[in-house]
Amino acid sequence: MTNELPPGLALQKVDERIMTLNVGPQHPGSGHMRIIVQIDGDFIVACDPDPGYVHRGEEKMAEYRNYITNIPHLERPVIHDSCNILYPYVLGVEELLGIEVPERAKYIRVIASELNRCVYTMYWLAIYGIFLGHSTMFMWPAGDRELLIDLLEKMTGARVTHAHFVPGGVRNDLPPNFEDVCLRQVNYFEKRIKEYAAIFYDNPILIARTANTGILSREDAIRLGTTGSVLRASGVDYDLRKKEPYDVYEELDFQTNVLKEGDSYARSKIPWLDMMESCRIIRHALQKMPKSGSVRVKLKPNPKGKGLDSVYKRVESGRGSLGCYIVSDGKPEPYRVKLSVGSFRNLIALPYLLKGEKLGNMPAVYWSLNYWPVEADR
Amino acid sequence: MSSDSDNEPIETTSDVTPASTKSSPTPEKEIELPKFEKDLADKIVEKFNTRVKVAFVKPDRVRINVGRDDIKEVAEFLRDVLNFDHAESVSGVDYPQDKEIEVVYHLGSYTDSSLSRQILVLATRAQREENPIPGNDATKLPSLREVFYSVEFHEREIFEMFGVYFQGHPDNRRLLLPEDWADLPPLRKDFAIKGR
Amino acid sequence: MLKDLITPQNANVFVGKLGDILEQAIDKPLGYAINWGRIWSLWPVHIETACCSVEFGAASSPRYDVERFGIIEAFGSLRQCDLIVVQGTITRKMAPRLRLVYDQMPEPKYVIAMGACAITGGLYFDSYNVLPGIDGVLPVDVYVPGCPPRPETLIQGCMLLQEKIKRMKARKFV
Ligand code: SF4
Repeated sequence: MTNELPPGLALQKVDERIMTLNVGPQHPGSGHMRIIVQIDGDFIVACDPDPGYVHRGEEKMAEYRNYITNIPHLERPVIHDSCNILYPYVLGVEELLGIEVPERAKYIRVIASELNRCVYTMYWLAIYGIFLGHSTMFMWPAGDRELLIDLLEKMTGARVTHAHFVPGGVRNDLPPNFEDVCLRQVNYFEKRIKEYAAIFYDNPILIARTANTGILSREDAIRLGTTGSVLRASGVDYDLRKKEPYDVYEELDFQTNVLKEGDSYARSKIPWLDMMESCRIIRHALQKMPKSGSVRVKLKPNPKGKGLDSVYKRVESGRGSLGCYIVSDGKPEPYRVKLSVGSFRNLIALPYLLKGEKLGNMPAVYWSLNYWPVEADR
Repeated sequence: MSSDSDNEPIETTSDVTPASTKSSPTPEKEIELPKFEKDLADKIVEKFNTRVKVAFVKPDRVRINVGRDDIKEVAEFLRDVLNFDHAESVSGVDYPQDKEIEVVYHLGSYTDSSLSRQILVLATRAQREENPIPGNDATKLPSLREVFYSVEFHEREIFEMFGVYFQGHPDNRRLLLPEDWADLPPLRKDFAIKGR
Repeated sequence: MLKDLITPQNANVFVGKLGDILEQAIDKPLGYAINWGRIWSLWPVHIETACCSVEFGAASSPRYDVERFGIIEAFGSLRQCDLIVVQGTITRKMAPRLRLVYDQMPEPKYVIAMGACAITGGLYFDSYNVLPGIDGVLPVDVYVPGCPPRPETLIQGCMLLQEKIKRMKARKFV
């Protein structure tokens, strides 16, 4: 062995007490990434996240495909939240092309994206459960999310990769009788997730494992530019659905959830509370939605931007604010597409949170960041 | 831009695009400028007058272009006086015709509720080398990490994707690409992907 | 008579021949028994490589429940596992690690390539950081197409693998 460390492995020079440990990429507690930690006994002294195992060059590929054919591959970073990741891109392209979306399509989009947020959060919750060794919490959310997947499948035709949002509206109208089925399932779903409090959120073992671990103060949360549930768990009330309402969120009735503690427990609770709000939004949107009307503006083949322009659009996804920066030069292909994703923005907090924690708390802290490695790597 | 703050250079389209492409015609009809955003832009121009250039003022979005020497100063002003407290995203855009690589910071604010809708786009350009040696050529910019902490990973990403070295960044290591990547930085325009 | 045949010089050869005959005689039933054991306890490694892992997770959820077909949830140690389900895109950074994982698993080991990306590169055929399929890295037993494959497809792939194992030679003779 040489003394030269390969790039990506160069942590600080360490003395003998300190051991360097690789967690991942093959590790039940790491997901698709590697976390290099240095431990002193049982305590973490330094942490260096090493993402990039799923870096697939989406942004480069987007420069070679036109605005419409970009849709399928841009949703792949988060296939279980595919409506939300397409949302900013679609909004951006609409602004570039100057399209006004029909009212009904806007409601359908909101419903789809809220359903999708629940599907995402349930998967995240399932994995959080198994990270903490709580198998029931894997089985319950993983089973209950199938309900909403069924709904989305009815609506869009695909289980997870919907590609439902297109510039100008949504791909197709709701199936007949969808409203009733949706209402029924969402009501049942809400009843189910309320039961999670009994087995998970009020569980003393869970509280002992997650409360007071990985505390992120309000100042740090702002300084590090975290977003989504991480930010709101630290006491900053910032939800783009309220602050910069897109489509019809202005007209819908819901509230944002904010907790002050900033620990792993608060971070894991916020998405769960958000799901209940999502149910409210869906019910309200179903009520207010125009009962008929077109759902899509017909585009010309190969749509192009009017000329030289750039837009930055953002939406609130399951993992926080999701921005899309599109530069167009008047060709059918975008000049540059950049996804600014919540996971990547929250990753920066990991070294700060893990410092001084016990190694055993690592999965609890890491997954409470609401992190999806595939999205962060793009 | 030599104009003063009264008649702002308002172009719906701007120099975000390659200079070699023809510059866009003037907007077809006069657009009502959003007041708040215009004030914001005015404040910046008042402070730095000719050193910054307001590229566009759109609803909720203001874009200013600055030279690479002034960017740190402007960023500090934005943070301390205008209350922008974090960077949402940092993107690079490659302009081979201009021989420049643009780095775009999208700044937002959590603390100031009047700014919560706003995104301030701060753009600067670095010199582009034909044959890049990432880290050892003229493609360098001052890092904004001391001003906005949140740019840390974003700037690391730009370094490997475009070869823009950020001076003052403590950790210009590789982030996403494989350890043995020896090709051009992949998001530059002259890096061609398979079969295209 | 037998005593005349076996001399100290040819005893070795004789025993060897006897072993051969014995092995041939019980190979079929023994192999069947061994394979039967293998089929119902396939343990996948927990290595997620891309977005197909979402559907892999869904496959062990209560609705699909692969466990009833003898594929156990992927939370074991590498050294106990005998199945590696490659869940999607293999990037250039992941490929060496994937091979490392494979090499550390004990024999016998089987590979399922899940998703279009693991088979040919799929949607990312022209990406700069993605391998065009994993055939160059691992020997694949079963391909499960789809982007992502539905959990039912994955289950069917697993059952195909079980069929395949049934017909495999349980032991390799010298
Ligand atoms: S096959 Fe599709 S779902 Fe699976 S990894 Fe590839 S892109 Fe993702």
